[in-house]
Amino acid sequence: MLNDVTFGQYYPAKSFVHNLDPRAKIVFVIAYIVAIFLAKNFYALGALLLVTVFFILLARVPFGRVLRSVKMILFIIVFTAILNLFFYSGESAYEPLVDWWIFTITYESIVNMVFLALRLFLLVLGTSVLTLTTTPVALTDGLESLLTPLKWIRFPVHELALIMSIALRFIPTLTDETNRIVAAQKARGADFETGGLIRRAKSMIPVLVPLLVSAFRRAEDLGDAMDARCYRGSKGRTKYKKLVFSWRDALGVLFFGGVITGIVFMNLYLGAKFDIIGQIASLF
Amino acid sequence: MQIVAKNLTYTYNPKSPFASHALQGVDLTIEEGEFFGIIGHTGSGKSTFVQHLNALIRLTGGSLTVGDYDLSQKKCKFIELRGKVGMVFQYPEYQLFADTVEKDVAFGLKNFRKDLTEEERTAAVREALETVGLDFEAIRGKSPFEISGGQKRRVAIAGVIVTKPEVLILDEPAAGLDPLGKQELMELLHRIHGGWCKTVVIVSHDMDEIAENCTRAAVFSEGRVAMEGTPAEIFARSEELFALGLDVPLTAHCAMLLKERGIDVQTNFTCADFADKVLALWKAKGEGTHAQ
Amino acid sequence: MEAVRFDNVKFSYEQEDEYAVNGVTLSVAEGEFVAVLGRNGSGKSTLAKLINALLVPTSGKVTVFGMDTSDPKQTFEIRKSAGMVFQNPDNQTVASVVEDDVAFGPENIGVPREEIGKRIDFALDAVGMQAFRQATPSRLSGGQKQRIAIAGVLAIRPKIMILDESTAMLDPRGRREVMEVVRRLNKEQGMTVLLITHFMDEALQADRAVVMHRGEVVMDASPEEVFSRSAELESYNLTLPRAAAICKRLQAAGMPVGNAFTAEELAEEICKSLQKI
Repeated sequence: MLNDVTFGQYYPAKSFVHNLDPRAKIVFVIAYIVAIFLAKNFYALGALLLVTVFFILLARVPFGRVLRSVKMILFIIVFTAILNLFFYSGESAYEPLVDWWIFTITYESIVNMVFLALRLFLLVLGTSVLTLTTTPVALTDGLESLLTPLKWIRFPVHELALIMSIALRFIPTLTDETNRIVAAQKARGADFETGGLIRRAKSMIPVLVPLLVSAFRRAEDLGDAMDARCYRGSKGRTKYKKLVFSWRDALGVLFFGGVITGIVFMNLYLGAKFDIIGQIASLF
Repeated sequence: MQIVAKNLTYTYNPKSPFASHALQGVDLTIEEGEFFGIIGHTGSGKSTFVQHLNALIRLTGGSLTVGDYDLSQKKCKFIELRGKVGMVFQYPEYQLFADTVEKDVAFGLKNFRKDLTEEERTAAVREALETVGLDFEAIRGKSPFEISGGQKRRVAIAGVIVTKPEVLILDEPAAGLDPLGKQELMELLHRIHGGWCKTVVIVSHDMDEIAENCTRAAVFSEGRVAMEGTPAEIFARSEELFALGLDVPLTAHCAMLLKERGIDVQTNFTCADFADKVLALWKAKGEGTHAQ
Repeated sequence: MEAVRFDNVKFSYEQEDEYAVNGVTLSVAEGEFVAVLGRNGSGKSTLAKLINALLVPTSGKVTVFGMDTSDPKQTFEIRKSAGMVFQNPDNQTVASVVEDDVAFGPENIGVPREEIGKRIDFALDAVGMQAFRQATPSRLSGGQKQRIAIAGVLAIRPKIMILDESTAMLDPRGRREVMEVVRRLNKEQGMTVLLITHFMDEALQADRAVVMHRGEVVMDASPEEVFSRSAELESYNLTLPRAAAICKRLQAAGMPVGNAFTAEELAEEICKSLQKI
């Protein structure tokens, strides 16, 4: 019933981060991802974590809400981490902790696992700040604007953006429709919950066929409606909403420039990720 | 099967900021054999209510029994219940999916009546299609996507009544049809009511439709039953309906206007009865003046 | 001035041999409010699509303010002057925010940015939806969605508004909202309106009712006259508005009542007749 409300991740609030130009935010996230992969030691990752937390506070999104999006891919993080723990193939300066059959665990593999898990965690955390503070529509607009230079190589930027925005617009409509068809077929005794994989897949046919038919019908209607409203591609078209790059965005750009430079310096002066073993050892 | 709902409550998305209380204590009894109308705005809870009747929405508050089925019991046989309480959704033609009309109509039968032989099944499908006024031999092999809109709707209804449910619920069955199509559909429902399904419940916005067809009706408003009774009883309270932002049948509107001018038409608000009562008034008055 | 003209127009869909529109000749004057009635499949929706060149006649000629719809060079100008609202309220919006959707038409015809804002204001005011400017269309009611669709057309500033069964999927409240808007546009702004409908009571609000049957125009007169020719109407499988049906029944029984088409008129007639005695 309320699918459109919960659709996407957007968390409505008024904040500095919400107000940023979507283009700026997309660029930041790209810069942030680059920074994550540039980071060579725990200090750099720690710094990035602080930056992320700072932005979450600034965005006024509750931490629980942000962590929920991490929870969704927690499985992937854990899975990759465990693989890394057992199958780390790098050299080790110390005796292996466990060496059984094909599994070897060394100090390095533990450090590597933690490092990797932290990286993935940061990756998800950062990108969800983007999706939590930017509506899908704004994201589409931002992408369209950022991709504009591609028009020079005849890439259909406008069409692509329109397709994306129409797709977004129809998600709630089609979700409602799916719910309705599922209910109707259930009323005719359809059973979507029991049986093996093949049986369940087969039981979806009475839902998928009408859904597809309806999607085509809607597409046809929409085509007529767009024609009737004088649509003829990007030719001679103006745009009502223009994204405005403001002082906030400039500030953000400066900030992220600083972050990346900082990471590079940290890499240079604070050593590689395994140095942490020696540092911890020296404590004892 | 008698339907008894007591203090039925239901909340969408409970414990979230988007929680909406769709039902807030519905008490309603629908007797076996009725042609029952459910009236109300979009969002009044009427759709939520009817979806409880065949357990498409599971009971969360209050009690509900449909015949011998007690829906508050966890061990209630919900699938079996759905075979006895048929449900036709709005624009049911959009749920057709099979490659032939015959297969589509047989879908419910295959789900609910696994004991039937091929012949029995064909016979049941034939009967259902003929009941909705379609020529079985002519239409059985056609694709449900290439027949006319009116035929599609009939096929969809056949696909629900094919299991001979005791209760048939229809949400806005006449929506989108032209006036004659509506009339034909109502005639069809009366035919089904007389034979296949003992109880028929329709959800409708069209007050004229309720006035002309129903034995009793309930008005839903803000998740509760605001009025209940025969159409004559309900539409005699036209002012209250207006206050709820609902329409009244044309006959009731007209009777209201006449009442303001001191003319009291005692009618049950069907067009035929209204005309008869007006004529009776006219004749009585005519005789009165002749006698003088 | 003549807004729309059909000259012996025939149209058939590719896969069918029968003509969906079969020899229609019709003229609509600027500022007129015309209702087109007919059963489902009578050709009335095809007629609507022929006006703004969504369909082009198989033979014959359709002109909109003198522009021939079969000339592809005119298509754009024709669509600018003849806007169209469709049946399904869910299938006409392109954007997830109301104002963006209303902006779609003006953007397409190249209206400068500052001017688009003004047009959105004008269009949303005209349909009484200014308060929903930032709303998401999928969360609105059916009637509200159709009003947004009308606003989307108005923002192009057409001279003709075609409504192709735009009230068929609405509840009574939604229908009332839309009809109210349409009537106001016609009366206050002189908009030429073509209302395709199968609700007889809606036709009563028009200046003129055209009845289609099997692709042909079979009746063309004032709504009152069309509804008083009840036998003819029934032969085209159409029903009378309820008030007219009751009225006819009273007349048949010998009660001296004049024709009535609405509850008010019927009450008035019954009252007069009873008081006369």
